[in-house]
Amino acid sequence: MGGTFLFDGRPVPFEEGQTILQAARAAGHYIPHLCWHPDFPPHGSCKLCIVKVGGRHVSSCALPARDGMEVESNTPEINGERRALLQMLFVEGNHFCPSCEKSGNCQLQALAYELDMSSARFAHFYPDRPVDASHPDVLLDFNRCIFCELCVRASRDVDHKGVFALTGRGIRKHLVVNAESGRLADTDFAVSDRAADICPVGVILHKRVGFAVPIGERKYDEASISIVAMEKGE
Amino acid sequence: MQDAERIAAQAVERHRREPSQLLQILIETQDGIGHLPAASLTRIADLLELPRARVEGVAGFYSFLHTEPVGRYRVLFSDNIIDRMLGSRGLMESLCRRLEVAPGEVSAGGEASVDTTSCTGMGDQGPAILVNGLAVTRLDEARIERIASLVRAGTPVAEWPAEYFRIDDNIRRRGALLGEDFVPGAALQAAMARGRQGWLEEMRISGLRGRGGAGFTTAVKWMACRDAPGADKVVVCNADEGEPGTFKDRVLLASQAERIFEGMTLAAWATGARQGLLYLRGEYRYLLKHLRAVLALRRAAGLLGARILGEGGFDFDIDIHLGAGAYVCGEETALLESLEGKRGTPRIRPPFPVTHGYLGRPTVVNNVETLAKTTLIALQGGAAFAATGTPQSTGTKLLSISGDCAYPGVYEYPFGVTIEHVLEDCGAHDPQVVQVGGASGVTIAGHEFHRRIAFEDVPTAGAFMVFDGRRDPFEMARNFVHFFAHESCGFCTPCRVGTALLKGYMDKLASGKGAKMDLADIEWLDRLLKNASHCGLGSSAPNPVIDTLIKFRPAYERRLVSLDFKPAFDLDAALETARRMTGRDDPAAHLDWREEV
Repeated sequence: MGGTFLFDGRPVPFEEGQTILQAARAAGHYIPHLCWHPDFPPHGSCKLCIVKVGGRHVSSCALPARDGMEVESNTPEINGERRALLQMLFVEGNHFCPSCEKSGNCQLQALAYELDMSSARFAHFYPDRPVDASHPDVLLDFNRCIFCELCVRASRDVDHKGVFALTGRGIRKHLVVNAESGRLADTDFAVSDRAADICPVGVILHKRVGFAVPIGERKYDEASISIVAMEKGE
Repeated sequence: MQDAERIAAQAVERHRREPSQLLQILIETQDGIGHLPAASLTRIADLLELPRARVEGVAGFYSFLHTEPVGRYRVLFSDNIIDRMLGSRGLMESLCRRLEVAPGEVSAGGEASVDTTSCTGMGDQGPAILVNGLAVTRLDEARIERIASLVRAGTPVAEWPAEYFRIDDNIRRRGALLGEDFVPGAALQAAMARGRQGWLEEMRISGLRGRGGAGFTTAVKWMACRDAPGADKVVVCNADEGEPGTFKDRVLLASQAERIFEGMTLAAWATGARQGLLYLRGEYRYLLKHLRAVLALRRAAGLLGARILGEGGFDFDIDIHLGAGAYVCGEETALLESLEGKRGTPRIRPPFPVTHGYLGRPTVVNNVETLAKTTLIALQGGAAFAATGTPQSTGTKLLSISGDCAYPGVYEYPFGVTIEHVLEDCGAHDPQVVQVGGASGVTIAGHEFHRRIAFEDVPTAGAFMVFDGRRDPFEMARNFVHFFAHESCGFCTPCRVGTALLKGYMDKLASGKGAKMDLADIEWLDRLLKNASHCGLGSSAPNPVIDTLIKFRPAYERRLVSLDFKPAFDLDAALETARRMTGRDDPAAHLDWREEV
């Protein structure tokens, strides 16, 4: 039993079981997201997809749509909060876009442009996170991890390998790989894994292709993330 | 190392290679080795056929599990504001000095490590520590001196004076629950005589609401679980009482275990559950032996097991699971994850536990006090229970009272009691602030002492911390902010980063570098935590800051320097590297702050 809800004042139809985000996208409305991916169940950790329903904040990726809901999404209030969440993600890791080979293909960077984030606002944490270059085909740069767990989920649920997991707690939470040595080379990870191409930021990087496409000609250099996400179904 | 692998393998076998027992396996492995060496995690993962990274993920989540070596004596000081007011910081410095170890580190010979931990639930008899997981209370300088010599002499903890481990109940005021004797089985007999439907009807009439804080109507929860599809229903008792300042469940577990287990069995009678689990916080591990003994007694008396009290088809038994130092596991879905042997990350809701709980089965999760109260309803009927308290908050409430008062301890009051009444009873002279409901609760100022303890006015899971005129509300809030930053599970962005940022701002103010702009940032973070967090930990983390900023704003403002902005770091000191590199130290190579301001 589906129905219709109002999304920023416009009617959006939905089918039984669809979340607010799914139904909004199907109707052509973009909602910012980082940990959500169309091929995976909702995760609900990044909180970029928050919307207001009846005055309450909810994660639109996880909440099933209901008939007659009034959803606020693209408002100065919600976008201001989304911008602050992005600022939090920027200051907790080490994100230096000008020297990052993911620049232009990075969803975090693209969303920061989309939501007019012009400064980090908060004090940087500058965590010490060593990189792992052990694997012949893939480099892991943990400095940019935003804990979306897409690699964890892809490796577990699609590749059936369980190469990645999170350990630690709170601000000390971090990504680890499935080896006693802690080195990616000692896991059964392969560059053809789904998990190798799922990272929305610049943690999982393929070696030897870093600048094959020059900065300035990349995915989000051509069009904003709100357009790319809808056109390419990402 | 081979020893470590053997100990790990034995723990796995004791739990029949069951992956859902991972947390219990890790706890027992650490008991045998002292910490969890890398090889032990690999072995556990192999035997359970889990990815090693997942095992490492769980081991890294819980505060009481250590993947690096710790001292043979692990001393953890309860770091709640109440312990601090009783002198815990000075005592910790004293112990560190005597054992020649820095806080958070292991002594040179590996004999001892000393650190802090979140509130251990001994606020009525602090300052308190955990030594190798066991609670020691009523610390003073003499006791610290003696403990230091026991550690230096290598005396096993089992041979330390029993007096150190004495935990008093400190029951100061008895009401319906604490005042009446209880005959095991009597409540169950009464409820069974009414039939399952009749018993649920009494529960409905009683109006009993959850005592863990949220206040959801218990009968509604039970009915939803009963009606959920699935035959293998579960009753879980949440004994993960981690809210700073609360300890009433500790007293109930110690003195009313029969009522708690009987309450779980009453829930099973109502819902048709066959399996019961009690999740005991790691800090209360000393109660494990006692609780297991009570379970054995109840099995022997036919109150647990197959055909309870001779009733065909009424089969129910209870297991105890240990926590390992994670406040967030008090949140019911995080608790279920932990029971399943995973990281204690709160789930997305809906679906709710009543339909999809432990291992996806319909599950009732109730607080210790809630379950104990159901025995009163079974014995007296719902209407008699509802005759005390207020119409919206029926029955009595246990309060854990600590802080600046003459008689700290557990008090049972009918709901609706005023805060000033409680303050008078506990002997609080000159109370300035009362923190009701723990770190996540409400800060009550003097002009509000006429307010009432009830879901409709000042709700509480039971913590009641008293602060007199000597205390600084800002320092109270700062202590709680540190607590939340330490306990955030790190799942969602606002809580993971927001609590850490908030801690930074509060520390900046405390160090005398605060500016007006920081207060604006603090208020902005408060709002983000409230609005965007995944669970109640994040959304209630800013409560003490929000409340004290409104009610005790001068405590913040007197810490501000008169600038719109002041950096948290010292700009001139930051130039030191550049000065060394250029070999300069002349006046022009320094910033002159007097001119800048």
